[in-house]
Amino acid sequence: MVDVTHGEPVPGVPGSAAHEGGELDLYHPKSWVTKYVFSQDAKVIAIQYGLTAMAIGLVALVLSWLMRLQLAFPGLLPFLDADHYYQFITMHGMIMVVYLLTALFLGGFGNYLIPLMLGARDMMFPYLNMLSYWVYLVAVLLLVSGFFVPGGPTGAGWTLYPPQAILANTPGQQWGIIVMLVSLMLFIIGFTMGGLNYVVTVLQGRTRGMTLMRMPLTIWGIFTATVMALLAFPALFVGSVMMLFDRGLGTSFFMPAIVVTGEQAPYAGGSPILFQHLFWFFGHPEVYIVALPAFGIVSDLISTHARKNIFGYRMMVWAIVIIGALSFVVWAHHMYVSGMNPGFGFFFATTTLIIAVPTALKVYNWVLTLWRGDIHFTVPMLFALGFIVTFINGGLTGLFLGNVVVDVPLSDTMFVVAHFHMVMGVAPILVIFGGLYHWYPKITGRMLNPTLGKIHFWITFLGAYAIFFPMHYLGLLGVPRRYYEMGETAFVPHSVVTLNIFMTVAALVVGATQMLFLFNLAWSLRHGRAAGGNPWRATTLEWQTPETPPAHGNWGAELPVVYRWAYDYSVPGAAEDFVPQNVPGRDPDMPGHPVAEGAR
Amino acid sequence: MTDHPAHLAPVTAPRDRAAGAGWRRFLADWASDRNAFKGVSWGKAMMWVFLLSDTFIFGCFLVAYMTVRMSTTVPWPNTSEAFALSIGGTEVPLILIAIMTFVLISSSGTMALAVHYGYLRDRRKAGTLMLVTALFGACFVGMQAFEWTKLIREGVRPWGNPWGAPQFGSTFFMITGFHGTHVTIGVIFLIILARKVLRGDFDSGRRGFFTSRKGRYETIEIMGLYWHFVDLVWVFIFAFFYLW
Repeated sequence: MVDVTHGEPVPGVPGSAAHEGGELDLYHPKSWVTKYVFSQDAKVIAIQYGLTAMAIGLVALVLSWLMRLQLAFPGLLPFLDADHYYQFITMHGMIMVVYLLTALFLGGFGNYLIPLMLGARDMMFPYLNMLSYWVYLVAVLLLVSGFFVPGGPTGAGWTLYPPQAILANTPGQQWGIIVMLVSLMLFIIGFTMGGLNYVVTVLQGRTRGMTLMRMPLTIWGIFTATVMALLAFPALFVGSVMMLFDRGLGTSFFMPAIVVTGEQAPYAGGSPILFQHLFWFFGHPEVYIVALPAFGIVSDLISTHARKNIFGYRMMVWAIVIIGALSFVVWAHHMYVSGMNPGFGFFFATTTLIIAVPTALKVYNWVLTLWRGDIHFTVPMLFALGFIVTFINGGLTGLFLGNVVVDVPLSDTMFVVAHFHMVMGVAPILVIFGGLYHWYPKITGRMLNPTLGKIHFWITFLGAYAIFFPMHYLGLLGVPRRYYEMGETAFVPHSVVTLNIFMTVAALVVGATQMLFLFNLAWSLRHGRAAGGNPWRATTLEWQTPETPPAHGNWGAELPVVYRWAYDYSVPGAAEDFVPQNVPGRDPDMPGHPVAEGAR
Repeated sequence: MTDHPAHLAPVTAPRDRAAGAGWRRFLADWASDRNAFKGVSWGKAMMWVFLLSDTFIFGCFLVAYMTVRMSTTVPWPNTSEAFALSIGGTEVPLILIAIMTFVLISSSGTMALAVHYGYLRDRRKAGTLMLVTALFGACFVGMQAFEWTKLIREGVRPWGNPWGAPQFGSTFFMITGFHGTHVTIGVIFLIILARKVLRGDFDSGRRGFFTSRKGRYETIEIMGLYWHFVDLVWVFIFAFFYLW
């Protein structure tokens, strides 16, 4: 292993420092196409991921409008029949969870921030990284093509439960389900290509002085989430292959003997519960695949904008790791109503509630970071605060649903919809917005307009509560989820109708406000205030690049050297109220340094 | 590992002298700067992470197979009859699969030798041994095709078979097919890599067609990791399908 030419740093070879982190000539794209289209630069790939994810997210947003209109004003849209409603539910859920949130956090923020925050030149395998995006794009296009195939997209619900997912009479049974499964498999293949990059870059590609315990929490969140994704997506992949065979080849992995509209379906002997296990072995870690990057990003936003070191950094790191590990042994709490041995129910309820401990710890630490901080109500900070509130809210209802006896009556009601939209819909999206407002100056060199940003925040935040808060109440009343329309029922009071209208109006307003955000993104690209290299006076490495936006290769001839953790804000006696990670001296690891040991 | 000036280097030692220091020192070492796994190249680290992920794929397949086999209501076909081969008029159970397993395990041996000669910079021997490995792999896939043909001739289909639970054919074709795909991909990459080795790309510093990066002899070892993994998976498939 002496002939190192892959671009790795060469240990012990004199004069290799100038080339550490790769051969520099590879970091100069040769043409417009390799610079902007088939780019191997992680930052360009990140922007491609981000824009694609937002574009497909807009589709899902419009679908949610259509569903809300149907719920508030049944029959208002004549084309929207029951089949369409289920197709829209399915596509909305799948797009938001997989193609927007996962892709944007890991493919978008991960690609942009991992090399920059760790002081690397790029991802370790840039070519694979580029392929990752293009496979993702094909997966997205295939998903969208579901709208145009005969029979339309699948209407099986985003969980795609068999048997109904592939039985006749389910909308999209002809082609939609096939397109969906193939698209998911492609997404997983593409994600694996990117995920290997993220993991190996964090493990093996850090710069000098960047120990694991000096990494910003953003990186910890993204790293742990990526490891989880690499272990959880296989279950979905296998489930998709098997269901594809059930649908295409007539196997009976998931299909029991079943009679559909008076006819015996050509299946026998399969186990529908098996799919649920496979799906949720992916599906529950998926919740944290989305949540952990959000946890990490929000920690950095709060610390930076409250000018205070994060409280209990080590605890925060271990909490992330423990949450990641625990999330692999809780999956069956999604299946309480599928019927299970009470012993298993007890086990999964217990593990589920145990997760509340590290999660609560994180919330306390965020609050304690804010405690007596110099809080700047910048737009990223507003979103971060909004996240904490929303996440506590969603977490509390999670305690309800984690208990078997409480979950069983609530499981098929709007309460569940309200819960997961709060905890893994609204909360992570708020962090995504916060992150975009925070890092947009680094990506483009210009600030987003703060006034538009504040309008965007308040309408989105309050609007989200206007939509989902009353939904808890609907659930407690017993309003079922997944219903196309309620009709006249005895147990639902008239106030439900009024509330539904209120929620729909709120949803329309919140959705429309996102156009304001998109306008801000486009307008500020040219007209935003010039940001300079480090507008938030932040400590992490991405703000210390020689150029803004960073050039391909990120750093000049020399990689930065890290001397301290990422949270040296308001250090007593320092010249400024922040000390970047690459500034030497006063290392908190040094014995005798004034910073107390507990602060590390 | 660090290029810090001595007085600025990250210090972890003094407070670790207490009980449990070994564990703490291990963690500190692991968490130190630049690399978590010292001396492990990027490519090798990636292959290990990928194999971990792939383990979960095969694990899910096999768990699904076991679940399906246990939950189906129709008896499972007798595997020693289903996989028997008629040679000279006598039914020999598991003979084909024994040969297949032998071939694949042998290919692991030639692969290990190829890695060895790769590190000795003996490109003729390394390249030839990789081609032999690829040949063994192709043999394996060929015999698998023969086995599939035989079973299909006897009426086994993904959706049913003459002997019992239809899930027998479904899981068999799916899992051996998925494994066979892995072997086939391995054979293709072995041939590509053997060509590079024999041509001397790793000595001349010739750049890859797609990635424009230079390869090196360690790539053979990384290829070997994949190949041994595929072999190892086969042992599990063999045990669960043919011996259960």
